[in-house]
Amino acid sequence: VKGKKAAAGDDIGRETRLELYRMQLELRYCEQRAYDLFLQNLVKGTSHLSLGQEAIAAAFGVAMRLDDWTFCTYRGHAHTLARGASMSGVLGELMGRECGLLGGKGGSMHLTDVTKGAMGSYAIIGAHLPVAAGAAWSAQYRGTEQVAVCFFGDGTTNIGAFHEALNFSVVWKLPVIFVCENNLYMEYTPISAVTAVEHPAADRASAYNLEKVVVDGNDADGVYRTAVKYMNRARKGGGPALIEAMTYRHSGHSRADPAKYRPEGELDKWLERDPLKIYRERLLGLGLVEATLKDIEAEVMRKVDEATATAKASPPPSLAAIEKDVWADGGVAWRN
Amino acid sequence: MAELTYRDAVAAGIAQEMERDERVVFLGEDVAHAGGVFKATVGLLDKFGPRRVRDCPISEQAIIGAAMGAAMTGLRPIAEIMFSDFLAVCWDMIANEIAKTRYMTNGQIALPLVIRTANGAGSRFGAQHSQSVENWAMAVPGIKVVAPAFPADVKGLLAAAVRDPDPVLFFEQKSLYSMKGEVPDGEYVDQLGTAKVLRHGKDCTIVALALMVHRALGAAETLEQQHGISCTVVDVRSLVPLDTQTILSEVAKTGRLVTVEENPRLCGWGAEIASIVADECFWDLDGPILRITTPHIPLPSADQLEDHTIPSVERIVREIREKID
Repeated sequence: VKGKKAAAGDDIGRETRLELYRMQLELRYCEQRAYDLFLQNLVKGTSHLSLGQEAIAAAFGVAMRLDDWTFCTYRGHAHTLARGASMSGVLGELMGRECGLLGGKGGSMHLTDVTKGAMGSYAIIGAHLPVAAGAAWSAQYRGTEQVAVCFFGDGTTNIGAFHEALNFSVVWKLPVIFVCENNLYMEYTPISAVTAVEHPAADRASAYNLEKVVVDGNDADGVYRTAVKYMNRARKGGGPALIEAMTYRHSGHSRADPAKYRPEGELDKWLERDPLKIYRERLLGLGLVEATLKDIEAEVMRKVDEATATAKASPPPSLAAIEKDVWADGGVAWRN
Repeated sequence: MAELTYRDAVAAGIAQEMERDERVVFLGEDVAHAGGVFKATVGLLDKFGPRRVRDCPISEQAIIGAAMGAAMTGLRPIAEIMFSDFLAVCWDMIANEIAKTRYMTNGQIALPLVIRTANGAGSRFGAQHSQSVENWAMAVPGIKVVAPAFPADVKGLLAAAVRDPDPVLFFEQKSLYSMKGEVPDGEYVDQLGTAKVLRHGKDCTIVALALMVHRALGAAETLEQQHGISCTVVDVRSLVPLDTQTILSEVAKTGRLVTVEENPRLCGWGAEIASIVADECFWDLDGPILRITTPHIPLPSADQLEDHTIPSVERIVREIREKID
């Protein structure tokens, strides 16, 4: 990669920055492809896109140790991909194909790849916060210095499991990082209209003896630095952190939502702060050349094209899959 | 053999498994320092220390969620929910998360965990601390459901549940905690999914669970002594997996099925067994199936009201006589 020395001159460094850029592109291009496939009626069910929010998933994905664990919500394509899960596996799952990460048995809202530490996407708001705490407990118990990272939206801060998990994790000093992606809307309603505090996560932190941490979720460098800081602390026994990352989703809550509730001009304002746009300009400012970035962009697009072709070529799951894997013996029998 | 109470058999089963396997950990409300509100886990903290035996806040979602997260990452947690009624406040964790995760992830995630809970009536605690909710669990694919009636089964089935690779909901009947019984010494592991025939008869097969097993045995004795009706009594022990073969063969021998359940009438576990028997051994039946259940009401608390609501020995005797005589 050709670039001026300036790009490597700070705490993050050129290689990591290129990785951050590439990762954000992968998430963006893959989800744009998922949307195209939906328009072609090839993606079924529902899907919740992270377009506009990629910096958070990408920065954590790059910062995490390979054996760390990710827990995410039904808006989890980006977080799963950011751990290195197969792109054709993700697109295949959205398309209900045999090659899907879950063999077509979970769908968009439950992407999981245990081999990559992507420990599941949970579609009931708040449920995965205690689960992430439990994984962190297991790491603490076994002394492995693994960290569990749990992503969720602003709406999650108003459900009981959020508060139970925070208190529990702090009392047990667990190595878990709770990351609230505040995209300003809980589904269709502004979070400010239904929440007692300005920062739905960070303003609750003091109730659990945690520091208030608010970061710009559209700045991958800032998120990366925050991730490294709190994950290192957690690994060394310093306990959990609650991070609120301010961001914005460019599309509606789910594919059914045209997002007409947003005030005029709000989206345009946030498009100016598109994390990919910000990051590209930063890389150029740090001395990387246009040709380098174009090469990466073309490479990522090729990867998405290949993944799409693989997913499209995959057959639907065998009907035999229906009666498999309720139990550890691989079967579904409940009686003799 | 040693004589242990049902509650001591709980602690004995947990201790046996914790001694054997460092991955087994135990968490719940008031379970460590206090030894449990039913004193079923006394001594575990002293024996295994606060790293493995942990008191929790009143946060049932956190307790069950933590057990799930720990199970999927290599531990074998036992979680206690103090009263089975409280399963309702963490039912998302059980029914939506724990039960479905292996299937939804195409077998990627294993959840070897046990949730123990005090179930059932007989303690005058009223409608929110006395329910019998094993039928809730039975209705959700992906959870194994066990409910022992005797101290030996508590120890043996609890050990089997801990060793099982799937999530198990373990219902302890709270008015049996002080009951005594012979429990095998040393390592003792039973088998999930096996019913037991406790008494052999000619006229009628009574299928029961937990506290109702004792009442069925009492009724069988009275029916034989006073009314000349001889009954087989089957202790189901495990609703999922369900030992239908034992039930079907015992029903075929007597030609009669009576289920005795603490569950309220609608969709109690006996309904499922009645359906299986009607499907699969209809031609062996000599008369209609009889389900003896709690009426379809919330449980009242006063002595006389609760006693009148839960199937009693007298009621079982009366209903069987009405049907069979």
